[in-house]
Amino acid sequence: MTAGTVTPHQPDQQTGRDGFAPLLRAEWTKFRTVRGWVIGMIVAVLVMLGLGLFAAGASSSSCQSASGAPGQTSHACGGTIYPVGPGGEPVTDNFYFVRQPLAGNGSITVRITSLTGLLPPADGNVPGGPNAPIDTRPGLVPWAKAGVIISGGTTPGSAYAAMMVTADHGVRLQDNYTSDTAGLPGAVSAASPRWLRLTRSGGTITGYDSADGTHWTQVGTVHLAGLPSTVQAGMFAASPAWQSISQNFGGGENGMIAPSQDTAVFDQLSRSGTWPSGAWTGDYLDAAGGSGIGEFHQAGGRFTVTGSGDIAPVVPGQAGDVGTTVTQHLIGTFAGLIAVIVVATMFITAEYRRGLIRVTLTASPRRGRVLAAKAVVIGAVAFVAGLVAAAAAVIFGAALAHARGSYVYPVPWPTELRMVIGTGALIAVTAVLAVALGTVLRRSAAAVTLVIVAIVLPYILGAASVLPVGAADWLLRITPAAAFAVQQATPQYQQVTAIYSPNSGFFPLAPWAGFAVLCGYAALALGLAVVLLRRRDA
Amino acid sequence: MSQAVPAGQPSLSAARHLDMVALRDALHAEWTKLRTIAGPAWLLVGTVAATLAVSAAATAAARCPSGTACPVDTTKLSLTGIQAGQAVVAILAVLAISGEYSTGMIRITLAAMPHRSVVLAAKAVILAALVLAAGAIAVGGSVLAGRILLPGHGFTVARGFPLESLADGPTLRAAAGSVLYLVLIALLSLGIATLIRDSAAAIGVVLGLLYLSPIILGVVTDPVWSHRFERYAPMSAGLTIQDTTSLRGLAISPWGGLGVLAAWAAAALLAGGLLLRWRDA
Repeated sequence: MTAGTVTPHQPDQQTGRDGFAPLLRAEWTKFRTVRGWVIGMIVAVLVMLGLGLFAAGASSSSCQSASGAPGQTSHACGGTIYPVGPGGEPVTDNFYFVRQPLAGNGSITVRITSLTGLLPPADGNVPGGPNAPIDTRPGLVPWAKAGVIISGGTTPGSAYAAMMVTADHGVRLQDNYTSDTAGLPGAVSAASPRWLRLTRSGGTITGYDSADGTHWTQVGTVHLAGLPSTVQAGMFAASPAWQSISQNFGGGENGMIAPSQDTAVFDQLSRSGTWPSGAWTGDYLDAAGGSGIGEFHQAGGRFTVTGSGDIAPVVPGQAGDVGTTVTQHLIGTFAGLIAVIVVATMFITAEYRRGLIRVTLTASPRRGRVLAAKAVVIGAVAFVAGLVAAAAAVIFGAALAHARGSYVYPVPWPTELRMVIGTGALIAVTAVLAVALGTVLRRSAAAVTLVIVAIVLPYILGAASVLPVGAADWLLRITPAAAFAVQQATPQYQQVTAIYSPNSGFFPLAPWAGFAVLCGYAALALGLAVVLLRRRDA
Repeated sequence: MSQAVPAGQPSLSAARHLDMVALRDALHAEWTKLRTIAGPAWLLVGTVAATLAVSAAATAAARCPSGTACPVDTTKLSLTGIQAGQAVVAILAVLAISGEYSTGMIRITLAAMPHRSVVLAAKAVILAALVLAAGAIAVGGSVLAGRILLPGHGFTVARGFPLESLADGPTLRAAAGSVLYLVLIALLSLGIATLIRDSAAAIGVVLGLLYLSPIILGVVTDPVWSHRFERYAPMSAGLTIQDTTSLRGLAISPWGGLGVLAAWAAAALLAGGLLLRWRDA
């Protein structure tokens, strides 16, 4: 990619050691002087961007922005507003909070002796309107939670740390929506109560748990940035919506969703630090400004707190979901990949077709280096093309979606950066794979088809087709399509119940692990190509 | 077939006779070309193998645990492999014409048979016949795999999943339609390859045209746009021929969907044929 002056002869000092740089320049010259290849790369960028913008635009027109206030970027269709947590991710911040202000440092300790709840009927049909009581069957959703919490404020999306008991997952220390640390296992009952303690020292909050109130274990320490000197602290109860998930073939999944509630009994409350002497304030915090289920009763030292909702990250793809994710704005990657694969394959197969390969190999007899130079040049070009297209699709896609009143799930900037760079790298490594397979097969049509089918078909079968989730997961683990994990916008959260299927944009492998699978295939193909290139007559 | 008749021809019927002779010779020539190189035979074997392997894998992966409702179109499931097999068919069809351009053979072919539309028609006929035969084997095997594997995975007769059988009307329509689908994909690919000439670019365009519609359908939530894609995109529309359950919910009827694909193939062949006549080879 040096745009320097072209000299017809190599300098004398390089003739002895057969430098790599002249090879690179030779391959770069070959690439940039074939008009079709340069056009192919430009086409790749344009289709990636075009399809991304189409996906951003065509996913939003069903959504009419009633308020239409420009700049109101957290506005979503259907009145849903997701506040943004301290990490930049969309969060649910609805729960019943029994609170008092704590000025400066201090601690709060409670005992919980019971956690019970109510679920909607098993068929998911909630009788009556939104305010009808759900008194249909006792039970708890797995992540029903109650405990003590220290929060930066009552604004939705505030920083917080909480020690809680849960229905099925024991004691947990959760903070800032996304973090979740396990404490004592087992369910809570009168015979087996749980003691919870939070201490605050500046921006540091430490959580402890105990089964008897004398032997304490530190569950974890968290640092909350920007915590004000006076925080809201107290007891809370929350119970995520009950979901009935039936896994469909073909049509994805059916999710029925209905509110649930839980009730916890607190006693043995003790505090240190500067607390007011007045009564406790109990209210239901709801980001959307609505009212939810929740109340509290105080009898002596005993508090009974009922709540619903959740304090957790929002996972896209849940029932009733209306927004789009940044991943959808990158959907054009497939079209761009096809164009890049065609160009990268022709980068080597054209040499065979025209007989240029004999000239190339005569000029530089070290064949492995020739292939390496080709891989570096086409990889670098493809990386730049992919990076530019992905960045443009992410930036303009979000702008277009916002302009059309559509909600785009906010993504923390490091994740967005990973998605853009990862897309460029995905396209670059695929180009290297295409060059390698083009060398092995020497036939453009066969090589192009093999690469496209290897990377595109598993995605279609896995994410958009009839395969059951188990088989789809395996396809996206062992085929080159695993690399699309770099485009996953939202991580899987163990503390949020959702359908984490490829269908809704969740890949079975971690982003860079999935990318490593593709790199493995590319390295294997490149190794095979070098061996065959050396052994075979050109 | 309305080629310019050389000046000395005595009558129209004689000219037509000559056209028939030209077509017969062209068919013979194309058949000899495909028969005498190893590539096409292997690609036909590859079509059958890819279709069967993916169909059997999809069928083997499906489970219907007792106590759950399984709204599965088992016929469509057992024909999943068509989505892979069509890629091999596309290579075969693209190479049938691009192969001649890459070797320069096309100039000899057109010198020997100056009626260019006849050459393309002969290629289309031979290709269609070969893909029809391979497709029949692939689809028959896929249905058989479904018949053997599905009852063992909970899709039993007792639970409303009749044994896969070609005697069943909708299943026969899905199976025969899938064979025709492969034939139409071959013709579409042939048309596009005649337009583009370069094999790598042609195969890229064909696979992009086919595979992009299911991917885009996965993210487009706007009902108007998804309806358009389901109705008019070649792969999405064409594969509705495999649907045997909840036909009312389809964006287009099964035969209508196959008709859309046929229109794509006809348009590609027409455009390819016209450019073949107009352009220098």
